[in-house]
Formats: sequence, C-alpha cells, structure tokens
Amino acid sequence: MAGSTPSAVRDVTVPVRSGRDPRRAGRLGAAVRTYLLLAVAGLLFVAPVYYLVVGSLKPTGEVLDGVRGFLPTGLTLANYEGVFTSLSSDSTGHFLRFVLNSFVISAVVVVGGLVVNSMAAYSLARLDWRGSRVVLTFVVALIIVPFESVAVPLLYLLQGQRNTLLVQAIPFVGNAFSIYLFYTFFLGLSRSIEEAARLDGLGAFGTFRRIVVPNSRPVFATVTILTFMSSWGQFLWPLLTVSEPSVRPLPLELSVFSGQQPVDWGSVFAFGVLLVAPILVVFFAFQRYFVQSVAGSAVKG
Amino acid sequence: MTTTPAVAELPARRRPRPTSSAARRKDTLPGILMAAPGVGALAFFVAVPFVLAIVLSLYNVQIASPRPARFVGLLQYERLFTDPIVSGPFFRALLNNLTFAVFVIPVQTGLALLLAVLVNAKLRGVAFFRTLFFMPVVFPMALVAVIWRLILDRSGNGMLNTVLHVLSGGAFGAHDWLGSSSTAMASIIVLSVWQGAGFQMVIILAALQEIPQERYEAASIDRASTFQQFVHITVPGIRNTLVFVTLLTTIFAFRVYDQVYILISTAGANEEATQTVLYQATSSIFDTNNLGRACAITVVFFAIVMVITLVQRRLVRQTEDGA
Repeated sequence: MAGSTPSAVRDVTVPVRSGRDPRRAGRLGAAVRTYLLLAVAGLLFVAPVYYLVVGSLKPTGEVLDGVRGFLPTGLTLANYEGVFTSLSSDSTGHFLRFVLNSFVISAVVVVGGLVVNSMAAYSLARLDWRGSRVVLTFVVALIIVPFESVAVPLLYLLQGQRNTLLVQAIPFVGNAFSIYLFYTFFLGLSRSIEEAARLDGLGAFGTFRRIVVPNSRPVFATVTILTFMSSWGQFLWPLLTVSEPSVRPLPLELSVFSGQQPVDWGSVFAFGVLLVAPILVVFFAFQRYFVQSVAGSAVKG
Repeated sequence: MTTTPAVAELPARRRPRPTSSAARRKDTLPGILMAAPGVGALAFFVAVPFVLAIVLSLYNVQIASPRPARFVGLLQYERLFTDPIVSGPFFRALLNNLTFAVFVIPVQTGLALLLAVLVNAKLRGVAFFRTLFFMPVVFPMALVAVIWRLILDRSGNGMLNTVLHVLSGGAFGAHDWLGSSSTAMASIIVLSVWQGAGFQMVIILAALQEIPQERYEAASIDRASTFQQFVHITVPGIRNTLVFVTLLTTIFAFRVYDQVYILISTAGANEEATQTVLYQATSSIFDTNNLGRACAITVVFFAIVMVITLVQRRLVRQTEDGA
C-alpha cells in the first residue's frame, strides 16, 4: 500500500528536453526554489541532532555555552568515558547494566511478540475453529485501546512484580496491532502451497512454521521494526514500575541522569548518542523498510 | 494509499470453502493452541486492566498499601469534575491537551504536507532530505526532551537565547522558554512537532505518489501554475489522507506524556501550563498514591480517545462516499 513507487523512480532528474523550451527557465527556477526550501527545512531538522552529536564530543563545560556549543572544537571522547565513570556504583547503577536491561526487555518484546502474534494471526486467518470469528473481533477491538489507558490498572495488577525486567516486557508481548498486521499479510498469501502441504500430511503448526513463516519476511521485518522502536523508547511503564537502578532501562535512566545536580551535559549528550545509536543503526540499515513500516502502521490510528 | 485508512477496517476473510465438520475438528485443537498465547496475553494485559480501570475508579485504593480498597461509588469522578482542589488542575490539564491539539494539528500537518511535497519533487538528492526529515521519528521522546531542554535553556547561554541575541543585534535578552507560563506549552509543541512531522510526512508522501502523473501533465499543458496544480490536483487527491492524519494527530495530542513529565521534573518546565491528562493520572499515584483517582482519569482519557476514533471513522467514511 504505502510507498509502492520504488524510490529509484522518484530520484531520477527531470530530463531537460531542448534549449528552446520556453518553460525551461521556469522549471529551473522551481528547482532552485525547492532546493532552497529543502535546505532551510533540512537545517532546522538536523540542527538538534548535530547539537547532540557535537555536544557529546566537546568539553562538558562548553556544551551549554551559547554559540560555542555548536562549534566542533576541542573534540574529545571524555564524555563517553564520563558516562561509564559516573554511572559505576550500585547507588547510581552501572551504565552497561542499563544497556543490558534495555536489550533484554526489547528482545523479549520483539522475539516473544513475533512468535505469539504471528501464530495467533495464522490461526485466525487460516484455521477453521469454532469461535475464531469472535476472537478476531475481540483482537481488532483492542487495537484502539492505547497502552496509556491500561497502564494504571496494570500497575495495580502487577504491583507484586515491580522492579523486575519481566514486568517491563511482558505486557507488550501480546500486541493486537501486530496480530492485525500478520493477519492481513497471511490472508494475502496464496493458499495453494499451504493446502498441498496439509494434504501431504503436514499439520497446522508444521505448515505455519515450514511454509508460511519463510514466505512472510516482509511482515516479520515490519513488526520487528515497529515493536523494537516502541519498546526501546518506552518511558511511561518503566517510570511506573521501576525504582531500583539495577533494572532501570536506558530512557528512564537518561531522565534520572539529566536531572542530577550538577548536570554533566557532555556526558548526558554522550548518553543520548549511545541511547539512540542502536535504533539509528537499524534505521539506516533498513531505511526503506523502516519508512514503509511506519507509513503502513498509520492504519492503526 | 489505495486502502481506506480507517482504523482497522477488516479485510474480508474469504470464508474458507464449505468445510466438512471433519476438517474443522482437525483444525480446532491446533487453532486454539496457536491462538492461545497471543490472545491470552491480550486478554490479561489489555482487556482485564481495561475493565479493572473502570472498577477501580469506583474505589479508594492505594498501591503497595495494607489498607483495603474502599468502595466510594462515583466520588472520584465527582471530585474530578466539581471539587475545585482536584478539578482545577484536571481542567487545566484538559485545556492544555486541547491547546496542544489546536496548535499541533495545523502546524504539524501543514509542515508535513510541505515536506512531503518537497521530497516528492523529481530532483536529485531528495531521498537524502526524506531521510533527514524522518530521522527524529526514531528518536526516543526521552532523548528529544533532553536535547530541547538544552536548546531552550533559560540562561543567556541557551542555544535559542544565544541565536536570538545575535540575530537581534543584542536587543533580545535571555528568556525562560520552559519556565514562563506563556511560552512553556509553545516549547513543548515545537519539540513535539520536530519529532513527529516526519511521521506524517511519510503518510502524506505515500498518498501523493498515488496521484496519477497524467493529471499534472495535463494541467501543465493547460498552463496551470504550480500553485493552481497544488490546490486543484494535489489537495483533492490526498484529502482522505489529510483527514486521517489530522485525526491521528488529535489522538496523539491527547496521549502526550513523556516530554511533559521529563521537562517538568528535570528542567523546571511550568507545571501548570504544560501538565496533561496523563500527567495528572501519574501525579495522582506519585504524589498522593490515589490509584482510584488515577483510574478515573484514565477512564476519562479513554473516553476522549474513543470519541475521536468514532469521529474519525465517520469522517473517513463520509469523505469516501463524497469522493
């Protein structure tokens, strides 16, 4: 649906026909105007990111220092060291521990989510059992329930599990929208191979695992990207459930770290770069997928 | 976007060919076993707490407290809407969400439309800019809040204050953007638009690319100006998407939380001017351990999201019928 035009087609320059074309000058003017607007907007969008990166590499006293904070002078990796040295005791928590926490939580949400949601979607899309229509309606109805509206009662339900990694991951494993994405994708697959496999005696689960999953890479990629993105940045739920530094994830720790007095801004920015780095790596590696996944996810509302 | 962007319209599942009861029996056990983990998790972590929110909003109840929950009927709602001590901040939070929505919807949608049109131009290098505009979308909001907290720093060394000072030739003194009640919400709006505009941009871009090129070619043969083409071809061509994006942004506007909490708690942002409905809900827990009230606020929050969603469905359906 979204972004169906290959980007290669879009990037081709307009062929300039002939020198006599009276509209050529106008078209050139339009191109210059477009580039000018792109440049201005580009600068505004990139400035905060540039500030973050440069600030993370500057002597910490120069980060919040007027225009000097913007100049790439006196670059050093001291702030990155600072992140590790200032977060190295049990009372502050250890930096690598925060990284590990975030990775474990995201891994459980993403991998667990891929398994349970794709299976559920396959069951609803292809297997014929009494009650499957009702269950499907139930799942679709839950899509419009934002997590924020169940966070507080969920805190009440799980109050005995506070300050664990599990409590931060487990509520996000089952995901109605992921089931919906898998469901629509599976419906679009051709039935014939699956039916042949079933006739050959492969069971429902075997057909799913050996035939359907290998043919569904795009939807697995989309769901991976979307769930990783939301789980890596999760803030509200850890804020409600975590008070111990030993199980704190990165985004929550960033707010704690940047709220301590006196603030070491250089290290806060270095922390920020390290926080966003994994997601940027995934973003640049799978950029087209990324943009399409997000555009497609808008169906959710 | 060829499909309707209404929320979760179900593609009709092709009824499986008339099945023998034998086939159904064969599928029943694996069907239920495969659906159980995912659907079970949804039931326990979404459906149950959803109902529990309504139940708990009728109680006086705390977290981690030995005191038993006490049924109080509609008292939480009554206080929320009529007791000045509680309703004052609550109404202010509602108003802040509304203000946020009223400004963010036109600004962000307009900006996203402009960016989408720009990166849709057939020019060398637009892909680079598309990446650039989209990049903030992948930034966790906690990080966005911290970066902008420094840009908006109240001291004369804050980035924005410095730039304005230089540009105005020294006439502009330092301003406390986040702390001042008149600019605090505007600051939140700006950083939220910066983070979110790329998201709307790719949705609109997808719609732009569905508009047949021939329409533009025909129009330019008729000597229609770029602006005329924009008004008469582009906007009508993506009207459904614009309606959809607008309503999507409205829902986002009521879910605003992370940046508000972080900036109030660590950067001295003006609490009165920036607190949102969800901020009120968590404050009820953090400040007074009043889980019942937090649940009542949650229920009101969900009712608002629900109303917007229903309006969205109706509007999208209407524009489709009209188009």
